[in-house]
Amino acid sequence: MKQTKSYLSKTVDELRPSGIRRFFDLAAGIEGVISLGVGEPDFVTSWSVREAAILSLEQGYTSYTANAGLMDLREEISAYMEKNFQAPYSAKSEIIVTVGASQALDIALRAILDPGDEVIVVEPCFVSYGPLVTLAGGKGVTVQAEKENDFKVRANDIEKAITNRTKAIMICSPNNPTGSMLNREELEEIANIAKKYDLIILSDEIYAELSYDEKYVSLAAIEGMKERTILISGFSKGFAMTGWRLGFVCAPEEITQAMLKIHQYAMMCAPTMAQYAALEALKNGREDVEEMKKSYRRRRNYFVQSLNEIGLDCHIPGGAFYAFPSIKRTGLSSEQFAERLLLEEKVAVVPGDVFGASGEGHIRCSYASSMEQLQEAVKRMKRFIDKL
Amino acid sequence: MKLSEKELEIVEILERDARIPNEDVAKMVNLSLEETEAMMKKLEDQKIIVKYSSIVDWSKISGHEGVTAMIDVKVTPKRGKGFDDVAERIYRYKEVKALYLMSGAYDLSVVIEGKSMNEVAQFVSEKLSTLDSVISTTTHFILKKYKHDGTIFEKLDDDKRIVVSP
Repeated sequence: MKQTKSYLSKTVDELRPSGIRRFFDLAAGIEGVISLGVGEPDFVTSWSVREAAILSLEQGYTSYTANAGLMDLREEISAYMEKNFQAPYSAKSEIIVTVGASQALDIALRAILDPGDEVIVVEPCFVSYGPLVTLAGGKGVTVQAEKENDFKVRANDIEKAITNRTKAIMICSPNNPTGSMLNREELEEIANIAKKYDLIILSDEIYAELSYDEKYVSLAAIEGMKERTILISGFSKGFAMTGWRLGFVCAPEEITQAMLKIHQYAMMCAPTMAQYAALEALKNGREDVEEMKKSYRRRRNYFVQSLNEIGLDCHIPGGAFYAFPSIKRTGLSSEQFAERLLLEEKVAVVPGDVFGASGEGHIRCSYASSMEQLQEAVKRMKRFIDKL
Repeated sequence: MKLSEKELEIVEILERDARIPNEDVAKMVNLSLEETEAMMKKLEDQKIIVKYSSIVDWSKISGHEGVTAMIDVKVTPKRGKGFDDVAERIYRYKEVKALYLMSGAYDLSVVIEGKSMNEVAQFVSEKLSTLDSVISTTTHFILKKYKHDGTIFEKLDDDKRIVVSP
């Protein structure tokens, strides 16, 4: 037999494992760690939502649903998107319920890419964007959002990266890891580029519910953009439902039907009990979302001010639950900083470079932790910086 | 009284944790320390923030477990004074931890804390039921506190998240 490794697909073999993995292994072995490295809410899913899932199990809803998801759920999603984000999509033909926003990203890319097609990936970004483009046969072309512009990508930087192979642009606002949120004007500038070069935009709007200063604007609500937008969202962040693995994707009918082909062959449907839970979340969970949002905003205000006070320069993130301070003045690389902070003061953060080149010199801190934990983390971080 | 958005936020933050440092409250609501403390003082003066206290699980302290009873009391309201007079005569007892005027089958709900069932029974028979306006009392003893003032007594909210995730 040949060496086992030689059976691996070349594409997969050449894929770099996520830089987050190493920090997970490192942090997992240490007692008493305060973790600001977590990319999910600290709230447990609302009890009414958990109850709805339990009830669905008691009543025996344990079989498949329609490929695109329960019709009731798609109708609720349709109403939710129209009411809250001015993005009306047809429940029948333009929405698919997916296994997390992650699967939505995957089927979206696979539905539109041919080998060699280029996708502009705006960094810093969620760690899976680049690899998912590669796995779908495309070529990721990175464009950096810079600290100088509060990590909001400039439309002309995107334009410069466009070639005749470019098919799509991937953006995420509010952003993981920087927390930055694009306002209407900034979205319009990017939209104009997409129109000018006839491109699709994959808009990852998973953090749409968590915007703190300005009203969130969905890309699909920008004039003339709905027909060239694949909108990805879900229940993980806003509704604190990460472990349920439930997201959705909205897109023009032809693209939706193409994604549905992949989804029906590769996934069948999203988990049924999670779909019933999501149904309850949309029907009765909005109040809880508002409460959580209020709580995040207060913690953001506290934490970002505290970071600036201890000497870590940080822009005010308009959404999500991440602060992305610069650690350049310490003279350490982000990886050194994160590793030493973990070993010396037991605070886990994620080095910014794992999210893209312009993330170097920064760290991602999630403030989705209790106030008590944040207070203690600030104390430890100050001690760490003072002794450097 | 109508509160400003910031004042409302301060009330919510302090209701959740009264011991949080003022500096941290100031940061959370995006105000200076001076402004925040001035607002807190105003809220205290206006008795909107009535008192800062702790929720104690006395059942964990041996020798101090105590008993709590909720007593439904029917009373005859007084002309011109309604229920307020008799309510005052009841709430002035230090054994009375809470007193509410209720709609429904009875009028006053009295929460009593005592060292023993005997002590509570004595209070009811000697102090409460002998009041002129009291028509009847029904005493319910609390067997176990699961949740009090929004706080669950058994700890079940430990962080189940993995330490680092994308």
